[in-house]
Amino acid sequence: MSVLDSKIPDGPLKDKWTNHKNKIDLVNPANKRNIDIIVVGTGLAGGSAAASLAEMGYNVKSFCYQDSPRRAHSIAAQGGINAAKNYQNDGDSVYRLFYDTVKGGDYRSREANVHRLAEVSGNIIDQCVAQGVPFGRDYGGLLDNRSFGGVLVSRTFYAKGQTGQQLLLGAYSALNRQIAKGKVTMYNRHEMVELVKVNGKARGIIARNLETGELERHSAHAVVIASGGYGNVFFLSTNAMGSNATAAWKIHKKGAHFANPCYTQIHPTCIPRSGEHQSKLTLMSESLRNDGRIWVPKNIDDVLAIREGTLSPTDLSEDQRDYYLERRYPAFGNLVPRDIASRAAKEICDAGYGVNSTGEAVYLDFSSAIQRYGKQEAAIARLQNPSESDILKLGEGVIESKYGNLFQMYEKIVAEDPYKKPMMIYPAVHYTMGGVWVDYNLMTSVEGCYCIGEANFSDHGANRLGASALMQGLADGYFVLPYTIGNYLSNEIRTGKISTEAAEFVAAEKEVSDRIEKLMNIKGTKSVDHFHKLLGKAMWEYVGMTRNEKGLKKAMAEIKKIRTDFWSDVKIPGDRNSLNRELEKAGRVADFLELGELFAKDALHRNESCGGHFREESVELDGLQKGEAKRNDTDYAYVAAWEYKGEPADAVMHKEELEFNDIELKQRSYK
Amino acid sequence: MDLTLKVWRQKNREEKGGLETYKVTGISEHASFLEMLDIMNEQLIKEGTEPVAFDYDCREGICGTCSLYINGEAHGPDRKVTTCQLHMRMFKDGETIYIEPWRSAAMPVIKDLIVDRSSFDRIQQSGGFVSVNTSGNTQDANALPIPKMNADLAFDAAACIGCGACVATCKNSSAMLFVAAKVSQFAYLPQGQVEAKQRVLNMVEQMDKEGFGNCTNTGACEVECPKSISIKYIAKMNREFLSASCSSES
Repeated sequence: MSVLDSKIPDGPLKDKWTNHKNKIDLVNPANKRNIDIIVVGTGLAGGSAAASLAEMGYNVKSFCYQDSPRRAHSIAAQGGINAAKNYQNDGDSVYRLFYDTVKGGDYRSREANVHRLAEVSGNIIDQCVAQGVPFGRDYGGLLDNRSFGGVLVSRTFYAKGQTGQQLLLGAYSALNRQIAKGKVTMYNRHEMVELVKVNGKARGIIARNLETGELERHSAHAVVIASGGYGNVFFLSTNAMGSNATAAWKIHKKGAHFANPCYTQIHPTCIPRSGEHQSKLTLMSESLRNDGRIWVPKNIDDVLAIREGTLSPTDLSEDQRDYYLERRYPAFGNLVPRDIASRAAKEICDAGYGVNSTGEAVYLDFSSAIQRYGKQEAAIARLQNPSESDILKLGEGVIESKYGNLFQMYEKIVAEDPYKKPMMIYPAVHYTMGGVWVDYNLMTSVEGCYCIGEANFSDHGANRLGASALMQGLADGYFVLPYTIGNYLSNEIRTGKISTEAAEFVAAEKEVSDRIEKLMNIKGTKSVDHFHKLLGKAMWEYVGMTRNEKGLKKAMAEIKKIRTDFWSDVKIPGDRNSLNRELEKAGRVADFLELGELFAKDALHRNESCGGHFREESVELDGLQKGEAKRNDTDYAYVAAWEYKGEPADAVMHKEELEFNDIELKQRSYK
Repeated sequence: MDLTLKVWRQKNREEKGGLETYKVTGISEHASFLEMLDIMNEQLIKEGTEPVAFDYDCREGICGTCSLYINGEAHGPDRKVTTCQLHMRMFKDGETIYIEPWRSAAMPVIKDLIVDRSSFDRIQQSGGFVSVNTSGNTQDANALPIPKMNADLAFDAAACIGCGACVATCKNSSAMLFVAAKVSQFAYLPQGQVEAKQRVLNMVEQMDKEGFGNCTNTGACEVECPKSISIKYIAKMNREFLSASCSSES
């Protein structure tokens, strides 16, 4: 085990980034024209990085597996983006955003990176507005904010429930401008399937043209991976169906350490599964918990009657309901952080109180809020003795103005009216905080290979706060990487064009080609999805919301077995030289089958509960916090970065000790 | 539910396609339309037939990837939804369902139900942006107040997901609603004013070059648009185009 050099600049926290930027080597404009950069992925991080690097004068090649860069899954983010603008004059500051993010991450993120993130957060909003991103505004024409995710200030900027879409279209428009100028060459429907290293440096990739099946060699002076998270290792998640870890995993296998894979965020307010056919899960913004109350029936007989359809939840009186979050966490109630709300839902459903046919759903009820808002509106409208129906109508109007699009989405999927009958929700895998290890410059442990956005590990620790994923993606792509990459590229000005005829490119292409041939030749009996679902079940069962030693060991063995079966029994119809969705999926699932095992191994070694990682062996034993997560700062205040050694079970851990000089470590309490 | 599916199959861009018939049984009415197709494909794989290729990604109605023409309607019989949000409860047990790709010369079929929509990207590249560098040194975001009404109009236009249902459903294969949405978003915002004239001229020129038809105001696009984008934006674009054409110096 070695110690990793995170290259955090010296000096006081608040000056690190400024000082570092002032010392970064610059590349002269004439030389930038001779330097090529590959960017894989076109979400908020990749799209903004490609656009910014091209504006600076580099030649950029940008890759996405979708049919257009605009479709990357950043587009699905709903809630908003944080920025320390303090427009609401509620005492927000760079320091507070930094503090909230480190605390929210349960003290497992890198202080210097998070502070930098908070510092550039304001620039992001300025930049996006200049691009024409239509953020929500008030009647004075100024930008509006909402509060989000249990913090005490309103610092979240939003564009209705489509913030991710509007920000991504902003980055896409910046990218389009560079494509039109010829500074970015765009490769749609292309998937990176291998990293090419020459003399230890990242020098290019092998990409598969998904329409023709052709393998292509692309060279560059630096490679940037912005391929998003690995939530689909669970099969069912709120990620897009195509979201995958292949680019990140390929660089891992070529020497990039993979950090903290066990840190996964399970989001509490998703629409429950309706049956075995389920292909993905849909998230609804957690802003719903501001007005919704979560409950299940107190009596198990009522639960069964509801499942059979003989009883409606609206028939149950207040004392027949268990508002379990309000009962267990009187201080925060329904607004406890995501991980706690998710675990509580699982516990109550595991105890048999789930309210739908799969037994995996709890109610999120808006009737109290409708009453409360209705009465308030009636008073504002100066109605004397308003009738019950007047109050309902007025109250529903307020709820509609706040959450109309979410209610509509719910109604389309579940076919029930959430204004009249409580919503059903259940937790689902949403975001992965772990990812490729990077230093302060966002370079991985492979020289010249960078990793940004959700694909890296650095900013969210063990748990991510709401509205900070968009912030990190754009910070990395617009304002961090374009500067930090200069240090490396300033030494590349004499390199010249990199030939794709080099032996390393030929070998990498052959490696990929052989792998595809092997997959096609298995000619087994089961579809790719069959194995993916098995993997997902094992992950959810043993590596999901709560984890213990026995289960994790079992998961490792089981995943290995599924992997072996996959490589001997998968069936991929069609051929490799045309558009073949099954072949695409097979390549991605093959990588998930390795990643999943490393994920379980990481969860097994971390015998503490922190953020999204809950170990049953590490809980408070007595007092007010009995049964709650117990973090262990003495033994585990480090980043676990795993080095690939063949089998995932043989991965070797490298530690990056986390130092907290500006923040005092505290145990979370929401009681 | 038991269903008969008539599905468009086409090997690649060059070869001729045709409808094939498949049967699926025991489909839950709670399944989404694409989940029903997943089940059909799983069945085809078992039988050793190549599964039907169709486009999808987010499966929550926002990425704009899915694009099926179902029983003669873009995104199927439901309103204000994309194909991935369509559920089987909209169909009857025993029904025969026709599933085709988008049909437009400017969006050629790549394989089965997948079409090439890169024409949309090229239209955006011709002017769908504000020319501002990502330096982070722009003015403070609140230094530019925007009347809420204009901000809302811009937002409603910006809700376009670029799926192409408007083109698929138009008898002229017109992309006017798509182009108008982008032109209008910037036309309503002060940030878009500097390049407004050139933007609308360039985007319309590129639209014509791609082979999209013209608008005859039937309003079909507005009906099928999953994001309910109004054809009033087409009027806005026409106004912008006319004024730019009259006053443009080039």
